Amino acid sequence: MSSTTMEPSAPAQGKWWIGLFLVIAVLVAIRAGIGEGMGRAYVQTESTSYAAATDDQGRVTWSAVADGAAGSATIERDVFRTAGQYRAAEAASPNQQAIRFSWDRTIGLWLAAFFTLAVFSFLVGDNPAYKFTESIVIGVSAGYWMAVAFWETLVPKLVAQLAPGLVKAWCMPNLDAGAINLDALIPLGLGIMLLSQLTPLGRHVGRWPLAFVIGTFAGLKMISHVESDIIEQVRATMLPLVVFGDDGSFAAWASIRNLLIVAGVLCTLVYFVFSIEHKGPVGRAARVGVWFLMITFGSAFGFTVMGRIALLAARFEFLFIDWLWLIDPKGQRTMAAVSAAAELGSSLLNTI
Amino acid sequence: MSGGLDRRWIYLGMMLAVALPILWNGMTGKTFPESPTPPSQACFDAIEALPEGSRVLVSFDYDPASEGELAPMATSFMRHLMHKRLKPVIIALWPLGPTKGEETISNVIKADFPDRVSGRDFVNLGFQTGNEGVLKVIGTDFRKQFPVDRSGMPVDRLPIMEGITKVGDFSLVITISAGYPGSKEWVQYVSSANPGLVLLAGVTGVQASQIYSYYPGQLRGMLAAIKGAAEYEALVSAVVDGDGVTPPRYTEARRRMAPQLFGHLVLIGLIVAGNAVYFSQRGRKAVAR
Amino acid sequence: MSRSIALLICLMGGLTMLVSPFLPMATGWANDVTDWFNILAAMAFVLGGGSLLKVQLMRLSARGPGWGYSALTLLAFIVTLWVGLGKVGVVADPSAPTVAWSGKPDDEGSAFWWIYLYVMTPITSTLFAVLAFYVASAAFRAFRAKNVEATLLLATAFVILLGRTFAGVVLTGWLPDWASGLRLENLAVTIMDVFNTAGNRAIIIGIALGVASTGIRLMLGLDRSYLGGDA
Repeated sequence: MSSTTMEPSAPAQGKWWIGLFLVIAVLVAIRAGIGEGMGRAYVQTESTSYAAATDDQGRVTWSAVADGAAGSATIERDVFRTAGQYRAAEAASPNQQAIRFSWDRTIGLWLAAFFTLAVFSFLVGDNPAYKFTESIVIGVSAGYWMAVAFWETLVPKLVAQLAPGLVKAWCMPNLDAGAINLDALIPLGLGIMLLSQLTPLGRHVGRWPLAFVIGTFAGLKMISHVESDIIEQVRATMLPLVVFGDDGSFAAWASIRNLLIVAGVLCTLVYFVFSIEHKGPVGRAARVGVWFLMITFGSAFGFTVMGRIALLAARFEFLFIDWLWLIDPKGQRTMAAVSAAAELGSSLLNTI
Repeated sequence: MSGGLDRRWIYLGMMLAVALPILWNGMTGKTFPESPTPPSQACFDAIEALPEGSRVLVSFDYDPASEGELAPMATSFMRHLMHKRLKPVIIALWPLGPTKGEETISNVIKADFPDRVSGRDFVNLGFQTGNEGVLKVIGTDFRKQFPVDRSGMPVDRLPIMEGITKVGDFSLVITISAGYPGSKEWVQYVSSANPGLVLLAGVTGVQASQIYSYYPGQLRGMLAAIKGAAEYEALVSAVVDGDGVTPPRYTEARRRMAPQLFGHLVLIGLIVAGNAVYFSQRGRKAVAR
Repeated sequence: MSRSIALLICLMGGLTMLVSPFLPMATGWANDVTDWFNILAAMAFVLGGGSLLKVQLMRLSARGPGWGYSALTLLAFIVTLWVGLGKVGVVADPSAPTVAWSGKPDDEGSAFWWIYLYVMTPITSTLFAVLAFYVASAAFRAFRAKNVEATLLLATAFVILLGRTFAGVVLTGWLPDWASGLRLENLAVTIMDVFNTAGNRAIIIGIALGVASTGIRLMLGLDRSYLGGDA
């Protein structure tokens, strides 16, 4: 998205934006002061102990045991709790510490709300909040993908092949550290050549891994496209044009349906053949093909709209449910006891 | 032409059309009834037909950008699989897919099926780079592509993976996909190369139109956009909850159908209004000439 | 020389893939080659990160307009990479509770997970969500029923938009059973099942023919654009 395409004009822009952000800030402050407040996250520390045992093949396996068992190792992790669970715990035991307010997750929640509003703000015009958010997401995405590729692919499929003992001691203790797999030197070598593209040297050497990728990819694509998108799709179009039901009667709609599919595919393919002039019977077939294409694009448009609105609804739900606490469809802020009482009341009312 | 209207009014209209039904729905808890279309029903039937204990490969081929449409599908698929005591093996072709898989495990399995054990009843094997290259390898050698699960445990030691050597050994494959690589590649590289394999797909609205051409031959069932998710969610609720109350986290797609309705109506209204302005202006110009 | 070797590598890679479905003994080779391809794809992620670093550092050193945003991108990249590779805040996995590095980088509570949940998720999902507004604006300004083709497109879109929501039931649910095929929700199914399937099938077949011919051109070295212009 480019800032040059956006309005409004520069002189009024500064005041306009300050005014908008002030209005939002005031509204949020008012909301935060009403009722139970908004935008808070709670956690509880879950503690589990594990004891080691050796299986018949001499491998160490860990299984959960009672907390504090002799020789056990304990893992503690903070997990989400809802505001309703927090309130219930407080009601049962004031100032309890089991379920507690989480600063880092609350800050995260507010930051997420800021980012959401900052992206929406681009609808009104380009602005520093949007640019800030855009810059952040570019850096975060690249870093995130790189780290994921490292841990999910490079460590188990490359490093563990070349240095299994090291990987087992470092981060994969359950790995069966066998012999070194020297075949892995080939992708390593190609990978180093690929990375050399970042240096002046890579201009020449970097071509080889690129050629390998292009060739392999082309071969992969050719086979799959011919098999799946030509042979199978043609096979799926070879339909009987006169269909009879199980009882031997003529199935009119099934016959029309098949005829439309076969004619539609053929006419649309005719439209795509540009080496023949589209006139006479060819032109008429191509015109019918265009109609089929228009209906196809219309349905694609309808579904695309549907998808975009669903994504928009999901973001509004985040703002209304998780941040502003305006609604609570999941019952996250209802104490279990309150909820049970409400259900009881409701069933009593129904009985009456 | 009709450019006189500031686009920000259009944005405001769309915002209200989506936001107000969400608030209404949040306050009343009401959803519209759903009757399944054939592709959604086919997804449900394919899972219902599996015997208990069957292994199902579930590929999380999406990221947070599409979770508004796809997360409800993932939740419903997982709930249905767990209810039927089937065993999902999770993989991902998208870098953020494994994290979406962990979220689904946490929201469904750990919350409602705590007796299920990782490695025995379900497992997350994580993400592998290579897009369709991954699908090519798992076609003949699954363990070469996914040698360990996400906690570094070799797949040879996972009971759930016993006897699985290639993708065709799974009773069913489900892809929940947002684009490339996704359902199209699963059809091209897996379904077409394994004619007996049952493949189901949950797809975004953007993909739905194109993927429909593979149904029902190369793709046994399909959940198309949020509507498909809502239909399948209703089917799963009917079989799991019966006449009882469905927990709110399993009504997400149906709740989203209210903003969907009003968003669509606003869009249709905008197209009609734009055309009305266009034709009235054209008529005036013709009269002036 | 470098160019000729590259062309040979490209041909060999492609041929390995092409022969594998026909020669059972080639399946293993094809798997090995594809496995290397997949590992190289992981290296491409590293290359992408490296390129971003290089470009942003150049912008930063040039101190051109917007260099502050480049600094921000760099900072976000480095912090994310650091917490991801360093598994900051990750606790050990239950399968190896004594090995601190055994946990998953995106475990709940870790710094990487925090970035995923509170930075990646809201920004990327909202970037896609705002497209709903742009579609609405385009619908008002650009979609005109000027001719038969455009009218067909719009009419189909209306049927899909109405038929895939409860509006279809409200508007046409009263139609008797013998005319149930005209109910909007059923019309939407018919459009997808017949017309959309036919149109898209032709597009899919056309694209596949294009992909096959492009693949042959690449493997035979007739298209060498990926090698660059010189040498």
